[in-house]
Amino acid sequence: MAILVTPETKVLVQGITGGFGGRHAKLSIDYGSQIVAGVTPGKGGQIFEHNGTKVPIFDSVAEAVTATGATTSAVFVPPPFAADAILEGADAGLELVVAITEGIPVRDMVRVKSALHGSPTRLIGPNCPGIVTPGTGENSHGGCRIGIAPGYIHKKGNIGVVSRSGTLTYEAVFQLTSKGVGQSTCVGIGGDPVNGTSHLDVIKMFMADPETHGIIMIGEIGGDAEEEAAAWIKANGTKPVAGFIAGTTAPPGRRMGHAGAIVSGGKGTAEAKIEAFKEAGIGVAATPSEMADTLLEMMK
Amino acid sequence: MNIHEYQAKQLFAQYGVAVPNGEVCDTPEQAKAIADKLVAGGATMLVVKSQIHAGGRGKGTFKSGYKGGVKLCKTAAEVAEIAGNMLGQVLVTKQTGEDGRLVSKLLVADAPNIKKELYFAVLLDRATSQPVIMASTEGGVDIEEVAESTPEKIIKEWIDPAKGLYPYQARKVAVALGLGGALINSASKLIMGAYKTWWESDCAMLEINPLCIIENADGNDSVMAVDAKVSFDDNALYRHPDIQKMRDLAEEAELEIEASKFDLNYIKLDGNIACLVNGAGLAMATMDIIKHFGGEPANFLDVGGGASREQVTAAFKIILSDPNVQGILVNIFGGIMDCNVIATGIVEAVKETGLSLPLVVRLEGNNVEAGRKTLADSGLTISTGESMAEAAKKVVAEVAA
Repeated sequence: MAILVTPETKVLVQGITGGFGGRHAKLSIDYGSQIVAGVTPGKGGQIFEHNGTKVPIFDSVAEAVTATGATTSAVFVPPPFAADAILEGADAGLELVVAITEGIPVRDMVRVKSALHGSPTRLIGPNCPGIVTPGTGENSHGGCRIGIAPGYIHKKGNIGVVSRSGTLTYEAVFQLTSKGVGQSTCVGIGGDPVNGTSHLDVIKMFMADPETHGIIMIGEIGGDAEEEAAAWIKANGTKPVAGFIAGTTAPPGRRMGHAGAIVSGGKGTAEAKIEAFKEAGIGVAATPSEMADTLLEMMK
Repeated sequence: MNIHEYQAKQLFAQYGVAVPNGEVCDTPEQAKAIADKLVAGGATMLVVKSQIHAGGRGKGTFKSGYKGGVKLCKTAAEVAEIAGNMLGQVLVTKQTGEDGRLVSKLLVADAPNIKKELYFAVLLDRATSQPVIMASTEGGVDIEEVAESTPEKIIKEWIDPAKGLYPYQARKVAVALGLGGALINSASKLIMGAYKTWWESDCAMLEINPLCIIENADGNDSVMAVDAKVSFDDNALYRHPDIQKMRDLAEEAELEIEASKFDLNYIKLDGNIACLVNGAGLAMATMDIIKHFGGEPANFLDVGGGASREQVTAAFKIILSDPNVQGILVNIFGGIMDCNVIATGIVEAVKETGLSLPLVVRLEGNNVEAGRKTLADSGLTISTGESMAEAAKKVVAEVAA
């Protein structure tokens, strides 16, 4: 089953005519994902072509949905227009909007989050690598890749991965695949302080997904989303979870690359998160090199 | 981005947040002129405040030996003398580190008659994704300690971003702060203005500590922002050209400014093992693993997802301008970018900078075999590690050797 997306999921790309969006739309097509539409206001009627695949471009998300049956969107729109693009996706009735864009103002996201309250549309991100549900082909070809993750490092299997960081997700996936262990779905929830989907949301989905047998949860300094997920796992968890928290050595008061990665007012420290993980029976990898090993040890 | 107290107060004034009368200056003559004006306006007590971004100014000491970065006095002549002692001098506070900060501007202001000090802030509550007002009757002290030891003294009021702050909410906060009578309206006006400042200016944090109950010359009380600390969401600066102009590069680390020119995210730390990594999460994790194996990271450095040759060279130059650095760990997970391009960039950067320090490279991902071959064939002394752990152990050992 996997979570959120399957190889059959029909995906549209908002910002497909931009350099970044176009490049990754091509990589998703190469991976075998169902990229069925592009949206760029003012370029409706044009065609995005790659290796023989022709993707129609629409002026609006609503038109793209009507014409193609897309249920999910990848947002590559530049920061000043990204909040609007996300809300357009929700307005068009998409099930899932995955916002890749980095650098959206916090105030814009505060409004988006408020507007999406009670909406059936789920937002993943922003400032995230996206989602991969690996396929069964060579190098996991034929899966659903939404966003910017390298598809080929994946392998179809039964481990769920959730993380705020892109490259740490790839690191965990690579460790798993190198050991012959595949993944059900890998979800990057993004490094911003306000995001659509939390660690806890994804953990609940993995716990309910029969195809997922174990979970790697990667967190970092800032906020308390990891503590929230750990508390829930302690009370309700039914599957082994291993994790890593980045930022033990980060100085307080400084933003470490991600807008959300900051220890402020003594809150959001790596120590507190690691403590919460241990308290909840989550296996804590001593180093980022041991994320897969820590989980596999627990699953023996 | 952070701004100075005087700039925050200028912003406050635009939004109707009451602040003491005062002006900024950069010479003792100007300081005296401002003081003369304030005295002529009826001020009986004056304050001279060093303008640096770090806190703890009042208890700070100048490298010249002069004590106190914030001083009270009564006459314009005293103001001029104090200004002479502060301007052009380096102030060390508990937040500046031992290097201190050069004081090149002073705020000269009316020092009002304070009856009580309170605390007020507006910030983002990440748990609810809503703005929240935080206030306390315990002002003028470290609010983190108050939150820790007496959490019941922290007042919180969440704001629905779709509706904005209602005046009744501002009054609710005022009452919780123990304010009554005419002070309710004075406080409510200030709170409404402060929230509007936060929202419309895309602030990250707006802090008034202390927010003071002032006894005015006419015998009536009012509330006033006696100090002001404001920071902004960097991602939103593009829509605030006026706020961008408030940036003071003298307050930022030179290497960090240089790094930002190349879209590199660099933060200097105190250790001796530098790292160069792609991705913020992996960069933090690389610092952590250096520490785990007994080393001390010298920096955080994220070269981003599409590190170019120019960026890698610039990154090496920045790393090497830190005299504490004794070894370098490069950790790249090239998911989509070509590892050989990175490897070529590393080899060129090593040659261009004439690097003589131990360098350990961990390269993984797309086209990694070609990348490893480029490193091996370069004729340079570059150690490699298959995993992050192996690479980190190697660099720690080589630096210790």
